[in-house]
Amino acid sequence: MRQFQCIVCGFIYDESVGLPEDGIAAGTAWDAIPEDWSCPDCGVAKADFEMVQIA
Amino acid sequence: MTAPITLVGSGLAGYNLARELRKLLPDAPLRVVTADAGDFYSKPMLSNALTANKTAAQLAMKPVAKMVEELKAEVLNHTRVTAIDRTAKVLHTAAGELPYSKLVLALGADQLLPGLAGDAAAAVVSVNDLAEYAHFRELLEGKQRIVLLGAGLIGCEFANDLAASGRQVDVVDLANWPLSRLLPETAGQYLHDKLAGLGVRFHLGTSVQAVEGEAGAYRVSLANGKVLEAELVLSAIGLRPRLQLASAAGLAVNRGIVVNRLLQTSDPDIYALGDCAEVDGQVLPFVLPIMQAARALAPTLAGTPTPVVYPAMPVVVKTPVCPTVVAPPAMGSVGAWQVERSETGVKALFKGEQDQLLGFALMGAATSERQALAPQLPAVLA
Repeated sequence: MRQFQCIVCGFIYDESVGLPEDGIAAGTAWDAIPEDWSCPDCGVAKADFEMVQIA
Repeated sequence: MTAPITLVGSGLAGYNLARELRKLLPDAPLRVVTADAGDFYSKPMLSNALTANKTAAQLAMKPVAKMVEELKAEVLNHTRVTAIDRTAKVLHTAAGELPYSKLVLALGADQLLPGLAGDAAAAVVSVNDLAEYAHFRELLEGKQRIVLLGAGLIGCEFANDLAASGRQVDVVDLANWPLSRLLPETAGQYLHDKLAGLGVRFHLGTSVQAVEGEAGAYRVSLANGKVLEAELVLSAIGLRPRLQLASAAGLAVNRGIVVNRLLQTSDPDIYALGDCAEVDGQVLPFVLPIMQAARALAPTLAGTPTPVVYPAMPVVVKTPVCPTVVAPPAMGSVGAWQVERSETGVKALFKGEQDQLLGFALMGAATSERQALAPQLPAVLA
């Protein structure tokens, strides 16, 4: 399981935790997140989301 | 050669606008003029980088050369704009005169200076950009006792970060609870208790009056008579939009540089966004409004006037010891807070006269309700 960080706002997406309140189950791989998803903290669309893998 | 669209500032506002603009105008000449180094970094990360053990160099996620390549833009870094000649449409800078076609001011905001007495008042530092963060990290080396001025958003984030990285932090604020501008008292008290549990000591309802002493050994005198020992004094008491350049050029300014919903100043060829701008009366120095503004201003500059829309924009407070999301009610809202505090968090809802949701503050486990509640909030600028 990996972690990614939004380079705009610092939001961390942890694949092992997912975003259950956003309908993304724990264990969801970053690649499997829908293209129309956007960062919950800063609103950057996934297409513009430059995630850096931090773990 | 046509004069380029010119952006002044390379923070999140300037660079995100440049990125949006490039999607619409792949080849138009674009110039970014910045007093900073021009590396891309995320300002919100500056107040929680210690625990993450990030140096300033690691926070610079893209060096300026990479930005030049990605944006296909000319970036003049370490170049301060000294004046705008609106008649000639030229910027005066240390690097000479630079003509512009359209000009965008993404100047950001200054940290307010606390205005203190004492022979060491000038030693008080603030962290408002990446270079200041680098300086702060140098000063922090080997220091354990920190006095922090301000228990607002940035102050609380720094308090959490400094305490979690093993330092003794004393926080001083005139308000009676942390984050007093955003939170009702019960919620502020919860945040207070969580930070106190981490070892943060609060001195509330008072202010710092003087800082005396010498490098690394300061005495910080409070209005209530207390004197705190500090090795480093950090100030995070608030932001003030940078207005000087705009006002000297005769542009309308108020609390921020005054712009309409098209983000246009009183000069139709000059725009402003981000922390320096007052958009339809609102100064909102947060990331979400910047992203909304960048997405609207790019098409406007490309020839399709597009008014900015602000949906409800909850602000995440990066205090890991007390996860917090707050959507304050609009200024002047009529209503009242309904606050539930439990073992695991706080759910505070600001309800209007028709019981409609106008704002919220969620802490701890209650932050999971953000996605459900945010769509019920009214738009900030519909």
